[in-house]
Amino acid sequence: MSVKTGVEYEIVIGLEIHAELSTKSKVFCGCATTFGAPPNSLVCPVCLGLPGSLPVLNRQAVEYAIKAGLALNCEISRYSKFDRKQYFYPDLPKAYQISQYDLPLCRNGWVEFEFNGQVRRVGINRVHLEEEAGKSVHSGERLLGSEYSLIDYNRGGIALIEIVTKPDLRSPEEARVFLEQLRQILLFTGVSDVKMEEGSLRCDANISLRPKGSTAFGAKTEVKNLNSFRSVQRALEYEVQRQREVLESGGTLYQETRHWDENRGVTVAMRTKEEAHDYRYFPEPDLMPLVVDEAWVERLRAELPELPRAKQARFVEQYGLPRYDAEVLTTSPALADFFEACVAEYGQAKPVSNWIMGEFLRLLKAENKTVEEAQVSPKALADLLRLVDQGVINANVGKEVFEEMFRTGKEPGAIVKERGLEQISDAAALAAVVDQVIAANADAAERIRGGELKAMGFLVGQVMKQTGGKANPKLVQELLRERLLGG
Amino acid sequence: MIGGKEAGPLALHNMTAHELRQKLDAGELSSRELTEAFLKRIEQLDGTLGAYLTVAAEEAMEQARSFDEARANGEAVHPLGGIPVALKDNLCTRGLRTTAASRILENWVPPYDATVVERLRAARSPILGKTNMDEFAMGSSTETSAFKVARNPWDLSRVPGGSSGGSAIAVAAGMAVWSLGSDTGGSIRQPAAYCGVVGMKPTYGRVSRYGLLAFASSLDQIGPFTLDITDCALVLNLICGHDPRDSTSVDLEVPDYAASLRAEAKGLRIGIPKEYMSQPIDADVRAAVEGALKLLEENGAQLKEVSLPSTSYALQTYYMIAPAEASSNLARYDGVRYGLRVPADDVPRMMEETRSQGFGPEVKRRIILGTYVLSAGHYDAYYKKASQVRTLIRQDFERAFREVDVLIAPTTPTTAFRLGEKTQDPLAMYMMDIFTIPVNLAGLPGLSMPCGVDKEGLPVGLQIIGPPFREDLVLWAAYTYEQLAWPQGAGRHWRAGREVAVDVR
Repeated sequence: MSVKTGVEYEIVIGLEIHAELSTKSKVFCGCATTFGAPPNSLVCPVCLGLPGSLPVLNRQAVEYAIKAGLALNCEISRYSKFDRKQYFYPDLPKAYQISQYDLPLCRNGWVEFEFNGQVRRVGINRVHLEEEAGKSVHSGERLLGSEYSLIDYNRGGIALIEIVTKPDLRSPEEARVFLEQLRQILLFTGVSDVKMEEGSLRCDANISLRPKGSTAFGAKTEVKNLNSFRSVQRALEYEVQRQREVLESGGTLYQETRHWDENRGVTVAMRTKEEAHDYRYFPEPDLMPLVVDEAWVERLRAELPELPRAKQARFVEQYGLPRYDAEVLTTSPALADFFEACVAEYGQAKPVSNWIMGEFLRLLKAENKTVEEAQVSPKALADLLRLVDQGVINANVGKEVFEEMFRTGKEPGAIVKERGLEQISDAAALAAVVDQVIAANADAAERIRGGELKAMGFLVGQVMKQTGGKANPKLVQELLRERLLGG
Repeated sequence: MIGGKEAGPLALHNMTAHELRQKLDAGELSSRELTEAFLKRIEQLDGTLGAYLTVAAEEAMEQARSFDEARANGEAVHPLGGIPVALKDNLCTRGLRTTAASRILENWVPPYDATVVERLRAARSPILGKTNMDEFAMGSSTETSAFKVARNPWDLSRVPGGSSGGSAIAVAAGMAVWSLGSDTGGSIRQPAAYCGVVGMKPTYGRVSRYGLLAFASSLDQIGPFTLDITDCALVLNLICGHDPRDSTSVDLEVPDYAASLRAEAKGLRIGIPKEYMSQPIDADVRAAVEGALKLLEENGAQLKEVSLPSTSYALQTYYMIAPAEASSNLARYDGVRYGLRVPADDVPRMMEETRSQGFGPEVKRRIILGTYVLSAGHYDAYYKKASQVRTLIRQDFERAFREVDVLIAPTTPTTAFRLGEKTQDPLAMYMMDIFTIPVNLAGLPGLSMPCGVDKEGLPVGLQIIGPPFREDLVLWAAYTYEQLAWPQGAGRHWRAGREVAVDVR
């Protein structure tokens, strides 16, 4: 076996991303799009493809698709049309999917993101509008060989955009980071809830290798069934390895579609180019061509919200936040909005950022809640911060109060009062406790007197314990010094 | 009085909707009596004629009752209210079997009404039943029906035409006052011609296709069969108009066709397409059509020869576009959700078996043709080219209509042919639609009405074609000719009191 060594390969990756649009009704009928409804409860003659039914285009879906295109810096086609993509599968009720073939709604865009400290730009070939298929559940692994399969057509007919990138990505990790950035853009644009775990964001990847310096493309593999950001990176890493081994052992790669097996961590061949579907696309005669005028596009462009990278830059600039804070605070529009609302109430940015990045996110994660579900109002958080500033409570008690605010939605002042959490700043009251603690911890007191100041912390802790955490820690320190070191 | 040999010209089954309207309004007749009479007539004749696939006697009587009650309560009554009608079996009727004359839908009961059916129900028109047709409207003789032989009422050895054969028979034989059919390449006009009644295909986009089982979506259009032009106009008033559920239906004002009917040959500019008249046309058909033109001219209409140079490509164009769309539209009949399912070991085999056993040969022929036309590597040469030629055909008509109001030509090159005569020769069958197909490709309104008989007494159809959304011009020419030649109604006057063949036996 001849072994090619010393050849360095360049990785070439392009992604095809499907995102369900978050329109209230489906793309060609009036059925609702609620996730998790009882199977086949959100269906009608149109989305079931019953004989005689006809599609009617949802205007909101077109607007969302245009907005997505604008957010991805695409040109919006003034004239586009729908086509039928034909194949037989039980979850495709008309045996064709209404999609867009040669005249997509959006094209020639790009996305910029940061990767390894550098700004990278990935081209977007096209964004087009289409309809979802139903969802199949097989008793076995797949349709063929299953004893039975069940189909839920609730998903069928939900508006979908397909985003196709140029083959501009150069590593599996970069592909993942890009996808995360794309997800964030769609989330901020408000056109999709982009949940990979619910399938409202899905990704297929095309990957090939070529000798470094070459401009021709190698035979590409299309990898399917990538259900998480992690699996995108893992599957592509596996493919790089597999393709490199084939090439280095003198083998030949063929264009094919491969299925990512998450459990085994491998890709498995599905079909070769020769076995590929002939979708027999042709113009959908039941729909008129889609004509979009300049004024419509401009109105949608004006409605476009601030996108994540712009928002990050503004947070750094306007609030003087560290870059890291700005990135964390802009992971979702809701979080960014909450942060800004809190700053508006409180006046200073960094303390708010600290509380949100610390306690708030920790609790959201622990309780598996979204920003919208949290009970804390921006005013309540600002009030809490002021209670700490004013010394009414200390910072640690503040965390305790915050947790209760988070769970119950109560005002911080009310919680402090109700539970008697006010900080003890009365020197006379504290002196008694301090004396008691010194008496009970003679060893430690002696060491401090001998100059071992580290032990001071232990005594402070003991006083806090005795006062249920409410003592003003600064005052305790002063009292201890006074007694042990003579002021 | 009803049916039988005694039935004279005033028998209920020989009356038009507007005549029956007067009787209903005058209280001389109830919708129940009328509907019962038609149901009885169906019982008597349809065993021989094969017009109906499903008779909905109970539902029709219920609707008649509801009409009679509404009238008794003094509610406003639609001009077609209470008057029994028949529907081609490719129009969805909620709760009533809709088969498209195919085994694959033999027991399918739609959960919804087509838009036209909704309108009928709102008008309280009793629906007598669903009529026989070529399977999925693919055919020109109703012989591809999976269920029944349909016979021409004027000669039982002949076809009624197709694909809306049953709807044409029902009106011609007095088994419905009027009916609806669908026309993709002539499927209303050709059977209207063969059965000697009035049939009209409105402009594409004029009538909602929602609930019409699709054959070729860019060509299909619903339209009426009636005994005269006034009834035709009344039906257009009911069925035309924008429907938000059909994106290809056009939001244009619909004139009151019935109120604006006029008989006036003067000022009417008639074009005669020379490429049609130069085709091989049966001598009797040619004579009847020329006779009609002469009569119009004598009364003041202007005749002008016009040219439609792309006519010779129409048939080929149609037989690429229509099967291409059909192959796609019929793909949904896969045994998964409704209709026939032939069990097999796995899903792909189940789909194959279901489609193999569920579709008849003509449907399969067109699915295969259409699949081929759309396949990778053939699309440009066939489908795309055909779409371009379609544009040329449309432009031919646009040019012609700059000079004339309507075009007049034969509906078909011959009168009704014999059952079985063309079933082994699909091309000869397809040729029967040569004068009607271009009208669908261009999306124009077209009407067929009787203009005489051939040597054997079979009716000849006169076709009147108008510019898009100018049904009013078509009706102007049609009504003018009717008043001149057949003032008793073009669909019955030509018979001169003759009863349908099955009555005579």
